[in-house]
Amino acid sequence: MEAVTDNLDLYWSGFLRSLGICLWGMVGSLALGTVIAACRVSPIASLRFFGTAWVNLLRNCPLTVVLFFMAFGMPEIGINAEYYTFGVGALVLYTSAFVCEALRSGINSVSAGQAEAARAIGLTFSQTLGQVVLPQAFRSSVPPVGSVIIAMFKNSAVVGAFGVGQDLYSLGRRLTSSLGYDYIPVLTGVAIGYLVITLTAGLLLGLIERKVAIAR
Amino acid sequence: MTSVLYDEPGPKARRRARIGTVVGLLAIAALAYVAVRRLADEGQFEWELWGPWLDPSFEEFPLVWELVRKGAISTLAAAVLSIACSLVVGVLLGTARMMLGRVARVPIIGFIELFRGLPVIITIVFVWRAFEELDVDVSALPGVDGLWYLVIGLTLYNSVIIAEILRAGVASLPAGQGEAARAIGMSEGQVMRTVLLPQAFRIMLPALISQLVVILKDTSLAAIVGLYIELLDRGNQIALVLDNPIQTYFMIGTMFIVINYSLSKLAVWVERRVSRAQGGKADVEAVEQVVPAG
Repeated sequence: MEAVTDNLDLYWSGFLRSLGICLWGMVGSLALGTVIAACRVSPIASLRFFGTAWVNLLRNCPLTVVLFFMAFGMPEIGINAEYYTFGVGALVLYTSAFVCEALRSGINSVSAGQAEAARAIGLTFSQTLGQVVLPQAFRSSVPPVGSVIIAMFKNSAVVGAFGVGQDLYSLGRRLTSSLGYDYIPVLTGVAIGYLVITLTAGLLLGLIERKVAIAR
Repeated sequence: MTSVLYDEPGPKARRRARIGTVVGLLAIAALAYVAVRRLADEGQFEWELWGPWLDPSFEEFPLVWELVRKGAISTLAAAVLSIACSLVVGVLLGTARMMLGRVARVPIIGFIELFRGLPVIITIVFVWRAFEELDVDVSALPGVDGLWYLVIGLTLYNSVIIAEILRAGVASLPAGQGEAARAIGMSEGQVMRTVLLPQAFRIMLPALISQLVVILKDTSLAAIVGLYIELLDRGNQIALVLDNPIQTYFMIGTMFIVINYSLSKLAVWVERRVSRAQGGKADVEAVEQVVPAG
């Protein structure tokens, strides 16, 4: 295990870089996913169509293809950026489709009777939405959105493997190829780094879920 | 259309929705125009770039599609082998987790949590490198070594998911099923094999089809780490030689989307049939919640 213990500082910086990809991915995909979800549930048919098409295209396309399309396709039309930006961008696009579906399932889990009752006692549209429907929808979308985000944390390794540099995966490649360490200890260290991220996220999600759980 | 968000629209709301639809259409059209304009300005609609994919009169046309055929076969082989192995291992794992005692269960839960928490690409690379470093020989198996490293990596991840799907499926059955089987004197193994598992499988079917979509998508991870030449890797070769990445990844992406979209639709159709036969929708949904997205 010297490969890991000798290079703890490298592992630490790789871990931070990977964590950075995860956090940017989370912020971006939550924001974009919310916009797409708003399109998909809106009364406006053209926006609904747009949202549905977005979800069906990105959900059924491998993340790797989205990634290659961004990284090799965008420069062809004169859009140049670092691999890091393209990588996080592809992760955000791909994950936004899943976030959208998770939010929508939260909204659908609120029974129509809730809104009907709110309207029956005379609440306005914005009151119905803001005080009755959305708080419940938000609470019941926490578990699915949480598991989407954890899946995204795992997918961030794909972005790392694609070659953004300095993350856990690239670190593993550097330690084994140029510094000549054995694969098994080095990769065990990389795996532990990712387990720390995903297992911690799982625990946090469990806490939040318990906090927002509602009895139906 | 009544939903929880808004009431059945009246004439005023319908008019607003119609105006909104037109405005939305215009916005989408504007976005599309910007994108198409950009592509056209950069010469991405030149027939030189699309021809090798779409026009049989190009000399590269047969070569491109021959590579695609080879790649598609490799991708399908990896996906089919992975789902088959995952099913076998997953059922064993899931059954073991349900039937073993409290202590014997611990290592299985550890195994499940470990591979559920690891990114699948790390699992694949780990299997590949560890097998090579420990001189484990997979060359006796048919096909190239890379195929089996990929299949083993995907199986480790997906069997764990299938074990969890199976457990949720069995848990969603009415308790009376197992109780009745035990009451007529069946052994625990018989209860599981002849009563619980067959019913759980029916409920699990949609979730299993969704998992097949995940596996199909994950086979393309091999192209990122350079382990096994499948469809996306063939696409890389084509894009490199013809210098048309946009067109090539568009075509490859379309192939994945068409196959996966049809599989997803099949899953929805099967789900509707199964839940009708079960007389309720809750069971299937409980099982589907185990399936992680992405």
